[in-house]
Amino acid sequence: MTDFLNALVILANFILVPGLAYGSQLALGALGVTLVYGVLRFSNFAHGETMAFGTMLVILVTWMLQGAGASFGPLPTALLALPIGIAGAVVLCLVTDRLVYRYYRRQRASSVIYLIVSVGVMFVYNGLIRFVIGPRDQNFTDGQRFIMKAREFKNMTGLNEGLAIKTTQAVTLGTAVVTVGIVFWFLNKTRTGKSMRAFSDNEDLALLSGINPDRVVMIAWIMTAALATIAGTLYGLDKSFKPFVYLQLLLPIFAAAIVGGVGNPLGAIAGGFVIAFSELFVTFAYKRVVTYMVPESMAPEGLVQILSTDYKFAVSFMILVIVLLVKPTGIFSGKSL
Amino acid sequence: MSFLVGENMVCGYGGADILHGCTVGVDPGEIAVVVGPNGAGKSTAMKAMFGMLDLKEGQVLLEGEDITGLKPQERVLRGMGFVPQNHNVFTGMTVEENLEMGAFIRRDDIAMTMEQVFGLFPILKEKRKQPAGELSGGQRQQVAVGRALMTQPKILMLDEPTAGVSPIVMDELFDRIIEVAQTGIAILMVEQNAKQALNIADRGFVLVQGRNAYTDTGAALMADPEVRRAFLGG
Repeated sequence: MTDFLNALVILANFILVPGLAYGSQLALGALGVTLVYGVLRFSNFAHGETMAFGTMLVILVTWMLQGAGASFGPLPTALLALPIGIAGAVVLCLVTDRLVYRYYRRQRASSVIYLIVSVGVMFVYNGLIRFVIGPRDQNFTDGQRFIMKAREFKNMTGLNEGLAIKTTQAVTLGTAVVTVGIVFWFLNKTRTGKSMRAFSDNEDLALLSGINPDRVVMIAWIMTAALATIAGTLYGLDKSFKPFVYLQLLLPIFAAAIVGGVGNPLGAIAGGFVIAFSELFVTFAYKRVVTYMVPESMAPEGLVQILSTDYKFAVSFMILVIVLLVKPTGIFSGKSL
Repeated sequence: MSFLVGENMVCGYGGADILHGCTVGVDPGEIAVVVGPNGAGKSTAMKAMFGMLDLKEGQVLLEGEDITGLKPQERVLRGMGFVPQNHNVFTGMTVEENLEMGAFIRRDDIAMTMEQVFGLFPILKEKRKQPAGELSGGQRQQVAVGRALMTQPKILMLDEPTAGVSPIVMDELFDRIIEVAQTGIAILMVEQNAKQALNIADRGFVLVQGRNAYTDTGAALMADPEVRRAFLGG
């Protein structure tokens, strides 16, 4: 029995807790991608960089706050800086829309052209971010590091294995729940939110109903920028901030959006967790879990790992390919790409 | 001079013109029906009158005022409602939300209008919480008409409201459309089911190749042997 509990604790410590945090980060990222796809009808490749840009602003403001001696008690100071980061990312997105995307909207460009344009925007953001904060790793996490330390858990339960919960993991999950709650309330209960869904559902009919497309597009960008900054900051707090990593995050985020069903907000959330947990399940070394579960003589010698962690991006790719082959509209039947 | 009239309309998509100077009009409380063979430009005439296509020649007059240059949204504000032939509901939204979106331009209380629509189409009240995409063809058409009625339009334009629904549902829909007309709304619709449509029409326009071939009251057109032979199958 104790062995079984020990095995469970290992799984909770290395898969459940990190998976919930990583899944929340992907879900928030995918929500932004899905919103842009639903309203503006293109895959926004600049989303990862939008996340990085917003996070960069949060980091700069956090450093200023830390310099001024401000702190948020046990919570990371970055949460205080978040609103300013969001505001900056919103300005960036709206300026980009005004200078770049609006032109193509007036031309009624096809979504492939938009996609290429967003790749261009991605490179511009990319340069901007490296110009301001540089390509290196930045650590900006402060406050209390753990909510529960592994040793405390061991002492509390008397088990061999420890369960550690980082403050950033709890903050990630809490922030994600609140953010998603607000987004869904907005989309389902408010007049403006419903008009966005209507626009995403049937653009021509929305226009016939007198819904102002410019306003819908503007609100979509504001929400996307906010979601990107929140997702990026949470990821940065949990891991660390490195511009290149945010570029790489684009793949699991797109995979999450597509797996859930592009254009479907609920799907984006589900997709985020599917991708996060798949990555962890496939790349986790089960050696110690198995050792607890089987008689000593049968204990495995290898790591009992399906794929090395170097291949974690391959997991997103595999899931993406399987979903596109088997159910192109995703789990929640969004639009097919 | 009619309440709403498209006069001598010439337009098309890109290259060739579809309409070659046709005139279509309707008055309050009246049902005007546009019929004609496939490719006659019936739907094109509707789109042109609602501003979804630019006219090369001719004009659209609403209460004697030239509205040719207005965008569709602006025409909605002037009291025109349009039910497109396809994709005429928000499939992912509930029936109630569809009606709310229909009333998007209104800032006042829409509860009364919604009750009126539910009174006209009782089945919608029953299904108000259901996504419109899950409804049957006939029910969807009711949602589509209801959505357009939510702005309390003075003119309701319908592009083939009975396309793809069963004959029973078609009769039912026509009855509802008559009820709407009786409230004083002008109804202008395009129909494939020419006979049934002319039966309920105060005014009928028979279009052939983008021109007015016959224009008369619905009854007179039904009685005209030439029209019967050429367009109504004897």
